[in-house]
Amino acid sequence: MGKNTNEGKRAATIARLGETIPYAAVIGLETARDEAGPLTVLRYRPSNIGNTQIPALHGGVVGALLEHAAIFHLLHAVEDDAFPKIVNISIDYLRPCRCADTFARGTLVKQGRRIANVRAEAWQDDPAKPVAAAHVHLLMP
Amino acid sequence: MTDAPSAKRLERLLEVFETIPHCRELGLRVVDFEPGSGTIRLDYQERLVGNVEFGFVHGGVITTVLDTVAGLAAFSTVEEGTSVATLDLRIDYLKPATPEMPIFGFAECYKTTRHVAFARGYAHHGDSADLIANCAATFMLGSAGYTIGGEKG
Repeated sequence: MGKNTNEGKRAATIARLGETIPYAAVIGLETARDEAGPLTVLRYRPSNIGNTQIPALHGGVVGALLEHAAIFHLLHAVEDDAFPKIVNISIDYLRPCRCADTFARGTLVKQGRRIANVRAEAWQDDPAKPVAAAHVHLLMP
Repeated sequence: MTDAPSAKRLERLLEVFETIPHCRELGLRVVDFEPGSGTIRLDYQERLVGNVEFGFVHGGVITTVLDTVAGLAAFSTVEEGTSVATLDLRIDYLKPATPEMPIFGFAECYKTTRHVAFARGYAHHGDSADLIANCAATFMLGSAGYTIGGEKG
């Protein structure tokens, strides 16, 4: 019970941190939470389209979603409000990311003293069918 | 593997680039384009900031610039009607982008096979000896992706 309240407070603090990022508002990134834990949401907006034929979201926006999810997942995991610095990201595009809300979650693969390795996955209708995945190295603040 | 693209083909690619909603949203401009390589410019905008404390643009912005320019370079190496879709993209962030400075993203498609195009590139503020980011990207050809010219696939 006490743990849940703390987690709730922590989630609210992190969501507020997310709201301070101008670029997050431009592409529609939100920091949410569900029963499985922290969740990053990319709201659908026509200005995020990168392919008008399929149509599909721009790969760069999908990359931004995965980067954001990785950073915010790490913030949850380490309980620190200072942003880690991104060292690199490797993004695999698995399926076309259609014109709909997209969700992403991070998993802390390894937390070292200086570097954290985070895996992030993005999906639309079905978490078992990811549209993209990334692994991200982050330098601890 | 394919003949060098005609000037008309490059012009057609640029026309399509101009219609991409997210590239318009960020204000990306192609400042150099030749068969197999190109450069895109993005002017600094406060709304693209990811780190409010220092005014650094979000990494996703750099990702978008490099994905776009690498895709354009890949497109310029394939025949009309062949679709191009990003398979993977790896970016090393070498230093934060300096606030107020324009960002230039360069990419070249250095190898194109029947099914895959390989590109490499980087981002800088005007001096390619002082990089913001470095990237490697591969593109799947002839599957679900963008088709420019020819019949829509």
